[in-house]
Amino acid sequence: MNLRKYLKVYKKFLHTSLASELEYKTNILVDLITAILSLIGSIFLLSIFFQNNGYIGGWKFEQALIIQGIYTILNGITNTWFNPNLTEIVKHIREGTLDFVLIKPIDSQFFISLKKINPSGFLEIMLGFLLLFFCIRINQINLNLSFMTLSLITISCSICILYSLWFFISTTTIWFVKTWNATEVLRSFLYIGRFPLNSFSFSLRIFFSIFIPIAFITTIPSEVFLGLSQFWKILLEVIVASVFLITSRKFWLFALKFYTSASS
Amino acid sequence: MVQNIIDVKNLSKSFDISSKEPGLKGTIKHFFRRQTKSLKVIKDISFEIKEGEIVGFLGANGAGKTTILKMLCGLIYPSEGSILVSGYLPFRRKENFLKNITLIMGQKQQLIWDLPPIESFYLNASIYDLDKFEAKKRIKKLSEMLEIDEELYIPVRKLSLGQRMKSELLAALIHEPNILFLDEPTLGLDINAQRNLRKFLQKYNKETNATICLTSHYMKDITSLCKRVICVHQGAISYDGKLDLLLKKLSPVKEILIVCRSEDDAIKLGNSGFTVKNKIKNEITIKIENKSITSSLKTILNNFDILDLFINEPPIDEIIGKVLIKKDYDI
Repeated sequence: MNLRKYLKVYKKFLHTSLASELEYKTNILVDLITAILSLIGSIFLLSIFFQNNGYIGGWKFEQALIIQGIYTILNGITNTWFNPNLTEIVKHIREGTLDFVLIKPIDSQFFISLKKINPSGFLEIMLGFLLLFFCIRINQINLNLSFMTLSLITISCSICILYSLWFFISTTTIWFVKTWNATEVLRSFLYIGRFPLNSFSFSLRIFFSIFIPIAFITTIPSEVFLGLSQFWKILLEVIVASVFLITSRKFWLFALKFYTSASS
Repeated sequence: MVQNIIDVKNLSKSFDISSKEPGLKGTIKHFFRRQTKSLKVIKDISFEIKEGEIVGFLGANGAGKTTILKMLCGLIYPSEGSILVSGYLPFRRKENFLKNITLIMGQKQQLIWDLPPIESFYLNASIYDLDKFEAKKRIKKLSEMLEIDEELYIPVRKLSLGQRMKSELLAALIHEPNILFLDEPTLGLDINAQRNLRKFLQKYNKETNATICLTSHYMKDITSLCKRVICVHQGAISYDGKLDLLLKKLSPVKEILIVCRSEDDAIKLGNSGFTVKNKIKNEITIKIENKSITSSLKTILNNFDILDLFINEPPIDEIIGKVLIKKDYDI
């Protein structure tokens, strides 16, 4: 793979999608306001849960805010990259415009996963980081090298798991043609990631760890922030992320063999 | 000797197609128990195309032309048989193969809708690994050939269909491909835009010796661009050869309208052994076989007092229409 070429192409993707989005100023403004209101609403909802008893699943409100911060960052990433690109796969397949992607000398997964960005998602990412910095202060977390490294590893793994899940569902469009609902279900499950894994019953914990590993996505990075993480959990997240990423890639290449294109 | 650039042997393709009965009952049945059957849309076809050739694929809707084109591009996996394009197996989509081909579809577009076409051109240039200087040079050259200039800087959504199609062509040709697959490129264009596009393709073929595979329902596209046609009927090739030969075979006679000096001359001409289609006063229409047209006209001009004559070619659409509904043309 020619890395220089891919960087050049990605620079172009950024440029063209930003330019496309900036054509509609009001839309961007509405998206930005929605992002701010959504975060305020989520924190308000979280505070209601903690009103009666100061703890949920052994987590204090200040600690649960870390999960909210990580969730906001991941949701921002979803809105910036995954949502505009991966929902487009459905359109590409239904209308047969995937043809134009497949005849280009570039990796098709790279192209369809990164071609578009939604700039308003950046604000959510920034708000998520601001919330995390606030949590670092109120929870008196010591910022050292091992903490930074582990946080980076676990958050990167979370992004990989989230991307793979989303990409996997979008790929099934090649057979089922319309899978909007499935991605919406995934989004709904993602909301669960705003709460600590321990706050759920045993059976739900198993479900959200094994079948749809939403719990890994936010809980394990949050535990790293609070110094509660165990090595085996971090290792497990790395393994799960790698397996998901490799499987989604293989699944895409396999699915392409069944692509029939749309009739003209 | 010119080499084969496309080599297709015993190619077949089957699709699983589901069918649905009408009405609510049919819809519910279709939802719970979908009836699918395997349909062979391409049936054991073989052909070769030489470098620099322009070949027209003719066939009725659903005959399999686009499926053939998409298999040649590597978009669809063949079920049986082999395809070699420029020495590559298309469905493996190797980078060097993809750099050599392009696909243009009249009914689909790749340009970024909200931005001027120039942005899509530079994006494609980066995908094909062209530097900015080279991309600029090619855009200038192609935009001159296509006669587009200001349109390059106007958002695609504001362009007319003709301007958009020219921009699509530029986007698809920026990497100077050797093989062009064109699927109904003039669809929906007005007569002038169609003519300009054909002119451009002729010029591009002449200048670059590119091979062009074209499907179109506009016979003018086929007659002005293609010397050779491949007729596809229900997934099988019904004719592969020169277009001229096909037209001669399908239309062995010409109609000649002759204006005589007097009605008597017209009657005499009518009684001289020619097949008469109709006669109105001093005007008579006769049918003459293509092979004897010169000698027959010589006889008529020498023996009768003729004021004027017109040779009526049968409409090409009508002739080709016959090919689209027949299974085999052995010429």
